[in-house]
Amino acid sequence: MIKFLLNQELREEHTLDPNMTVLNYLREHVRKTGTKEGCASGDCGACTVVLAELDGDQLRYKSINSCLTFVSALDGKQLITVEDLKDKDKLHPSQQAMVDCHGSQCGFCTPGIVMSLFALGKNNAEPDKEEVLEALAGNLCRCTGYRPIVDAANAMYDDAGADQFQRNEQATVQRLKALQRTDTPSLALDKRHCHNPKTTAELAELFLQYPEARLLAGGTDLALEVTQFHRELPAMIYVGDIAELKQVEVFDDRIELGAAASLSQCYDALTADYPDFGALLHRFASLQVRNQGTLGGNIGNASPIGDSPPALIALKAQVVLRKGDQRRTMPLEDFFVDYKVTQLQPSEFIEKVIVPRAGAVDRFRAYKISKRLDDDISAVLAALSITVDDGVVTDACIAFGGMAAIPKRARHCEQTLLGSHWNQATIAKAMAALEQDFAPISDFRASKDYRMLTARNMLQRYFVESQVIEVETRVTAYV
Amino acid sequence: MSNHQSTKKTVEEMLAQAKQELQTGVGRKVKHESAAKQVTGEAVYIDDRLEFPNQLHAYARMSDRAHARITRIDLSPCYEIPGVAIAISAEDVPGQLDIGCVLPGDPLLADGKAEYVGQPVIAVGADSLETARKAAMAAIIEYEELEPVLSVEDALEKESYVSDPHTHQRGDSKAALAKAPHRIQGAVHIGGQEHFYLETQISSVIPTEDGGMLVYTSSQNPTEVQKLVAEVLGISFNKVVVDMRRMGGGFGGKESQAAGPACIAAVIARLTGRPTKMRLPRMEDMMITGKRHPFFNQYDVGYNDQGILQGVEMKLAGNCGYSPDLSNSIIDRAMFHADNGYYLGDATITGYRCKTNIASNTAYRGFGGPQGLIMPEIIMDDIARRIGVDPLEIRKRNLYGDEGRDHTHYYQKVEDNILPELIADLEQNCEYQKRRKEIAEYNRHSPILKKGLALTPVKFGISFTATFLNQAGALIHVYTDGSIHLNHGGTEMGQGLNTKVAQIVAEEFQVDIDRIQITATNTDKVPNTSPTAASSGADLNGKAAQNAAITIRQRLVEFAARHFDVTEEDVVFQNNHVIIRDQIMPFEELIQLAYFHQISLSSTGFYRTPKIYYDRDKARGRPFYYYAYGAACSEVVVDTLTGEYKILRADILHDVGASLNPAIDIGQVEGAFVQGAGWLTSEELVWNDQGRLMTAGPASYKIPAVADMPIDFRVRLVENRRNKEDTVFHSKAVGEPPFMLGISVFCAIKDAVASVANYRVSPQIDAPATPERVLWAVESLKQAVAQDQPAPAAATV
Ligand SMILES: Cc1cc2nc3c(=O)[nH]c(=O)nc-3n(C[C@H](O)[C@H](O)[C@H](O)COP(=O)(O)OP(=O)(O)OC[C@H]3O[C@@H](n4cnc5c(N)ncnc54)[C@H](O)[C@@H]3O)c2cc1C
Ligand code: FES
Ligand code: FES
Repeated sequence: MIKFLLNQELREEHTLDPNMTVLNYLREHVRKTGTKEGCASGDCGACTVVLAELDGDQLRYKSINSCLTFVSALDGKQLITVEDLKDKDKLHPSQQAMVDCHGSQCGFCTPGIVMSLFALGKNNAEPDKEEVLEALAGNLCRCTGYRPIVDAANAMYDDAGADQFQRNEQATVQRLKALQRTDTPSLALDKRHCHNPKTTAELAELFLQYPEARLLAGGTDLALEVTQFHRELPAMIYVGDIAELKQVEVFDDRIELGAAASLSQCYDALTADYPDFGALLHRFASLQVRNQGTLGGNIGNASPIGDSPPALIALKAQVVLRKGDQRRTMPLEDFFVDYKVTQLQPSEFIEKVIVPRAGAVDRFRAYKISKRLDDDISAVLAALSITVDDGVVTDACIAFGGMAAIPKRARHCEQTLLGSHWNQATIAKAMAALEQDFAPISDFRASKDYRMLTARNMLQRYFVESQVIEVETRVTAYV
Repeated sequence: MSNHQSTKKTVEEMLAQAKQELQTGVGRKVKHESAAKQVTGEAVYIDDRLEFPNQLHAYARMSDRAHARITRIDLSPCYEIPGVAIAISAEDVPGQLDIGCVLPGDPLLADGKAEYVGQPVIAVGADSLETARKAAMAAIIEYEELEPVLSVEDALEKESYVSDPHTHQRGDSKAALAKAPHRIQGAVHIGGQEHFYLETQISSVIPTEDGGMLVYTSSQNPTEVQKLVAEVLGISFNKVVVDMRRMGGGFGGKESQAAGPACIAAVIARLTGRPTKMRLPRMEDMMITGKRHPFFNQYDVGYNDQGILQGVEMKLAGNCGYSPDLSNSIIDRAMFHADNGYYLGDATITGYRCKTNIASNTAYRGFGGPQGLIMPEIIMDDIARRIGVDPLEIRKRNLYGDEGRDHTHYYQKVEDNILPELIADLEQNCEYQKRRKEIAEYNRHSPILKKGLALTPVKFGISFTATFLNQAGALIHVYTDGSIHLNHGGTEMGQGLNTKVAQIVAEEFQVDIDRIQITATNTDKVPNTSPTAASSGADLNGKAAQNAAITIRQRLVEFAARHFDVTEEDVVFQNNHVIIRDQIMPFEELIQLAYFHQISLSSTGFYRTPKIYYDRDKARGRPFYYYAYGAACSEVVVDTLTGEYKILRADILHDVGASLNPAIDIGQVEGAFVQGAGWLTSEELVWNDQGRLMTAGPASYKIPAVADMPIDFRVRLVENRRNKEDTVFHSKAVGEPPFMLGISVFCAIKDAVASVANYRVSPQIDAPATPERVLWAVESLKQAVAQDQPAPAAATV
């Protein structure tokens, strides 16, 4: 059984299919059809809803894709949908601004856009242009060309009064507190079940008990198995309610990221030390996906085109794996064995990721290359960390995504650099050496030749960016 | 009857109000009629309608072969799945199997032969979509492979056509080319485009008594859905009622191809007696339905020392996919726009309608026009690089002009050509020359990022080229409380048609738009309608509704003149009131009076476009009532290490005649521009060597996202320039023309790339200019510089 607030209504659900997405729950189960399905794959944002979660005595609002979220994730939270934004007869400022700015044409993207704007309004009292674009990057609109929507995002702040959510915040907090439980919520229907442990120990135990279960973190990858590939997930353990596993801790020498920390949390933790990691996460999927998706999931799905693994490898990050009470730690680069094969044993899971902190100088650069700048899977991801002392390369850790069956270091390339003078001739050699490291494939994202050429060119870009003379190297710098 | 007697206004109050202008009439920035409902989720789309207890959901199993004989279909395994009501194949269709909209060739379900990957072969009706899908996948279908045709080049070589090639010819282009001092030949692939309407194809049908069918469909063409549903069921048209309130986007994709799901649902509903809904999941939508036609265009042009065209030959080969659909008219429109705004000299334009084994390509905003219209823009750039002059200068030199330079290659005279002034205005307003210099300077000092600038015009012909389609109907009822019920044959897909038509009616009756109830397009209210397409929605339906309103108003005027014994001129409608010489009364009061005096308060309206004719055999005539114009100037920055780019700024000046609603028109212009830019940049359709679409979802097919709009976006409408033709309030159509303003982005990217070889070489880039294609062009120009000779055509990927 799970309990949550659907807008203002308390729902107690006993027999939901754990494979049911929040979108289908809304549209088919409770027949709230304001939330739309445009793709059911997390790419269009038409299904955007907002979750309000307890954060001490406050609420934290985040936009998510309801098509990627299984109902289990609702336990103990408030699900806010577009139907609930109106305050009696008065449109919510995010809605009124959309009307006033002519922000809807066919209107099918509109509920999702409104929810993204609503969440923006809740999280940012004065967004700059970049933040507005970030809030909307996961909402496709085919009609408007976006200008009026961006205008609406700014105009909605003109109505400065407290909305009903703010006025009722404490009441909602109390209601949500009453929903918090000490037992392990679970959902089951027919032979399908999902458990929501609250502690890592409990998770470890459950995973021993159900070794066949799939871990469900943000579900931004896993849910696609149901919605796109029409598979059944008979057993799941939801890790998103485990506070310890979501923890992010910054120490003098390292940052420890809990496996279930959302990518948005990771962004906050990593940006200060590694601005390029921040920039990378900024282009990682969309805000909705980053609010849900986790670092553990990005590593755990072992995709050859996942964005964070090459970056973490270049930073010499370590992963802590746990099975029962047993833990082991290994460099992330050793975690990936082969295409979609990792070191994980049955019942073993990723507990945290440890990232060394930058010294005085940040030498780390990450370059994402994709067809569309925002919310697109990388054709190539290059992550480089190169140390030069007295003009000579003393350390090089270079990893690529999209170039092999796993996120992989460019060992030959690194070897060419090590001990060489940091100059154009060395870079040219290192670029050539990539040929020995990788034999990329062609697909609809890019040809193998393009992958190889851009991978090489990223060494060139790194070199140019390391020079004193300032040269513009990134189109993404223009906003 | 109104019972608001207590709020009766004094004569003075009424006179004061009547003196003010109507706030919601023509030319006002009235909000989209559905806006308030859309932002709250209350606007009902078909999938939002309440379902019936015995509701069925349909799913079609798609062919996984591009070309194959179907040797066996066994549907019995489908029935093993609980919840399945029926599984059907072609032989179960009670009436006519073919749903081809103009020419036959589109079987509702594959008829012994699969002709593309994605073609519906069987369909299942079950109590949920997931069950229907599972059951459909359980069927046994066996194939015997046949040789597919998968590329336009292959089709051209094999002369595999859905219909015969067609030519426009004026003068002797061969001689002109031979005589021309300079000549350029080239070939370019222009990519297709997925519509990506946010709401996928959907229809929901309910069997009615008399063996009829009530059809809710998300379609731009309710009348055609009515006809085809009737035909597949083998019943007369009058037994089918189609209701269409709003689409979640259309863009041409729901002109002919909304009919498939409607017809499959109807067949299942007929055979089971149960209401049936067919909604295509996104992937199925992208696999089953056709897209904008990809083209392979070859050109041979001659020009003089000034870069002015002397003669042009073009072969425009459209990839129609497996069936004719609307392709004949689409390829024709590409041909009609092979001149854009330029006088071609002696010209021969031939259009090929290539048949290949992919989904049947269909209408998409611009209807083939863009794929033709981009050609002269590519050619202008090529000429400019050859003779070392700014491309804008070459464009200006080639524009249509006076006597002798004012006839198109299909012999229509270009009247009221405002492009020269429009371009001059934009050039100045966007500071083209100054920025050109700044960009040259930037590029000299920026080794990796390069900026590009391009100003390109658009001239787009308005009217259906199938002349008979240029007609429309409307129906207006005025009720005795003064409220108005408005219905017309056009369909609302977000473009604001209903709002504009309501404004027109509001204007004619001089009443607030709130009094007008906009209702679903419905085939039993206005029959025999044309599709809402060719940008004609407001032109045609606006006029029809206007005519209906004028009819009723005239009756009221005549009645009032008689009743109050005044002249007709004494009866004036003004801001919700009627002034009758020295009397004034609220609009509704006159309506009540008229009702009691037995005056009809309901009328139809009809409109047909005047002046147009076209003789296709001679390829001569005036297919277009008028042209709409516009121009855009785009600036981009390109990364020469990756080919990635960003649109830094776009300035647009667009001609909508006298705007019916500037807010809606600007929305159309902006949306079209971004969509056009998407077509030519990130939106790449990729098929594998088996003919399977590999980019069948938004994860792989990338339409512009918010950060892809120009960082600095400035849109203006041409002011004080009424349409010279007698269109509705002298406005101009706006849906399609601005789509082609996106070509400026493509040309700006090429301009940035050209800087790599100091603007001496014209980069050859197929559309869409994906980062990969851009990078290969950069590489090719770098090599050209290294060898100091012109580059060969860029690698095609
Ligand atoms: C629209 C969209 C855009 C995307 N864009 C990007 C992108 O730009 N870059 C990118 O890299 N990815 C992208 N992704 C993929 C996905 O969002 C990320 O991989 C995300 O990090 C997955 O995290 P999650 O928490 O949602 O994982 P889930 O879907 O919950 O899980 C993914 C897999 O990891 C396993 N797993 C989860 N947690 C653990 C754990 N603690 N230990 C062991 N295994 C675990 C799960 O069992 C599952 O097999 C995108 C996805 C979508 C839908
Ligand atoms: S439906 Fe498209 S993101 Fe959820
Ligand atoms: S208004 Fe149609 S998709 Fe946004």
